[in-house]
Amino acid sequence: MIDTMLVMAAVAAACAVPGVFLVLRKMVLVGDAMSHVLLLGIVLAFFVVRDPASPALFFGAAIAGVVTVALVELLQRTRLLKEDAAIGLVFPALFSIGTLLASMYLRNTHLDVDRVLLGSAELAYLDRFTIAGRDLGPRGFAVPAFVFLATVILVAVAYKELKLVTFDPGLAAMLGFKPAFVHYALMLGVSLTTVAAFDAVGPVLVLAFFAVPPAAARLLTNRLSILLVLSVAIAVSAALAGTWLAFRLDITTAGTVCTVLGTFFALTVLLAPERGLIAELLRRRRLIRELHGTLLLVHLHRHEGTPAEAEESRRDGLEAHLNWSREQTDRVSRRAQAEGWIVALGDFWKLTEAGRDRAKAAGT
Amino acid sequence: MIGLFDEPAVRTVALGTAAIGALAGFIGTFAVVRRQSLLGDAISHAALPGLALAFLLGARSPIVLIAGAAVAGWIAIALVAGLVRGRHASFDTALGGALAVFFGIGLALLTAIQKHIPDATRHGLDRYLFGQAAIMDETDVRVVAAVGLISLGIVLALWKPIQLLCFDPDFAAVQGWPIRRLDALLAALVVVATVTGLQAVGVVLMSSLLVAPAVAARQWLNRLGPMAALAAAFGGIAGFAGTIGSHLLSKDNRTVPTGPVIVLVATALVAISLARSLFARRVIAPAGATS
Repeated sequence: MIDTMLVMAAVAAACAVPGVFLVLRKMVLVGDAMSHVLLLGIVLAFFVVRDPASPALFFGAAIAGVVTVALVELLQRTRLLKEDAAIGLVFPALFSIGTLLASMYLRNTHLDVDRVLLGSAELAYLDRFTIAGRDLGPRGFAVPAFVFLATVILVAVAYKELKLVTFDPGLAAMLGFKPAFVHYALMLGVSLTTVAAFDAVGPVLVLAFFAVPPAAARLLTNRLSILLVLSVAIAVSAALAGTWLAFRLDITTAGTVCTVLGTFFALTVLLAPERGLIAELLRRRRLIRELHGTLLLVHLHRHEGTPAEAEESRRDGLEAHLNWSREQTDRVSRRAQAEGWIVALGDFWKLTEAGRDRAKAAGT
Repeated sequence: MIGLFDEPAVRTVALGTAAIGALAGFIGTFAVVRRQSLLGDAISHAALPGLALAFLLGARSPIVLIAGAAVAGWIAIALVAGLVRGRHASFDTALGGALAVFFGIGLALLTAIQKHIPDATRHGLDRYLFGQAAIMDETDVRVVAAVGLISLGIVLALWKPIQLLCFDPDFAAVQGWPIRRLDALLAALVVVATVTGLQAVGVVLMSSLLVAPAVAARQWLNRLGPMAALAAAFGGIAGFAGTIGSHLLSKDNRTVPTGPVIVLVATALVAISLARSLFARRVIAPAGATS
């Protein structure tokens, strides 16, 4: 289980970093397209090298991902179809070619289509990763861990450029930062990460690792640096929790980690301190409460010193003037009294100095 | 090819995939013009947990399983719409995230099924993932045809507001049309079309059938109604020709899966249509003219 935890944590961390930029640049679905086309890249590279363990397969897949992005953009540039349609056109076509080639010519090889499509973290640690005869741990851990370190270093080095290109591509181009170059570098990074995550989680679930941790982190912060750190933290903790749960229940690890990721996101949507649903609900209630208090003060202020004052500020029957229910009127006046805006004077409410100021401020 | 068509099994499958293609092409037109081409992709993946859950609860009949799939797919896109409306995520993030998370939940449920229910074979669920047109029978074809006719009826009955929703949702809202409900209805039609086709062409390839015929039709026509009709025709041609093609390509020692061939036929139709558009543009606006 520890081995699988390491694999999933490495995959999750590796995906979270480029995922932040995919989410910010609204390109998550481009990642979807890329991950499906990797199969074609793997198959084509396999035709060339004829060795299922060759690193050429890794790079073939990564290149296929970048070619997909280029194709999608080429189609978009004809202005005959929109981005979403271009994506929905390109990846099923390339995926189909990959499936056809695999099922026609690769029946008896180690390229198992089922495993390629769904991934299996349970098996990923069986392969050992060795360089010059030295065992560097399970392959499923070493490769994504390496990709994670590489992306972290890249992001650290090119932080300013990435930030500018992501948030203001126009300005970046004007300042000579070459948004297109940064864009394709990023796409290559996404592609490499997807390939690294492939063994463990497959092309569909990898999307959850790209999209969900940054989306959750995005609800918690507005700063890019914190966003990156939070995404990785959310991703890794979901990976650990999900793997543990999967082993407890004896079910698929990758699917369970995705389920946990989804749960984390749902909790964030509910509980995020400023942008969560509960925070929004409380804020709305507070606003309404403040509005009611102010309405009461304005009402009292308007009739202050007029002949109608005695009638309009009587504690009994005030609800008729405000057009509220009895309970609501009591609630609002009690709160206004507690705030020190009004005082009870015999049968009447009287504005305090503070209450009068508040009413005036609201009136102007 | 004529000889092939005389084989009852091939004929049934070809008619079935043609019907699925026509249905997907027709409904997909509305998704494509509304820039929601990838809705089908998300729905077809998100349907998995519904399918698995229906199976876990004891359902074995295809209709109930399809209903489970439809419910899950619909919940997923309702969640996406909610997240976008509440500004909790952008459309692409919500769609991609929901797609993968639902799929992950589905896989987790699937493995649980295989552990705990002895009679569960992976067969039916594999069929969902990759599609298997070869085992369509006449009942399946009738179901697809019925779904198609009902969808057509709904779209025709609500033609005016649907047209408005496609091109100017704000104006439709001002006119007093309940656009949120219409939106949900169109989404539901996409859901039904998607899950109906799933078992024949599989998850990934179903998304293509929703997009490709519509994009191809868009290159020839500008009006929504004729476009939807042409897209249905393109989808039907892709389904029919793809099935026949995969049978022709299959030899004794290898079978060529039907789904991918259908997708490639549909993609070829798009390529021809795009080429025509590009050519027409060059004829109308020759070099040197401002485009």
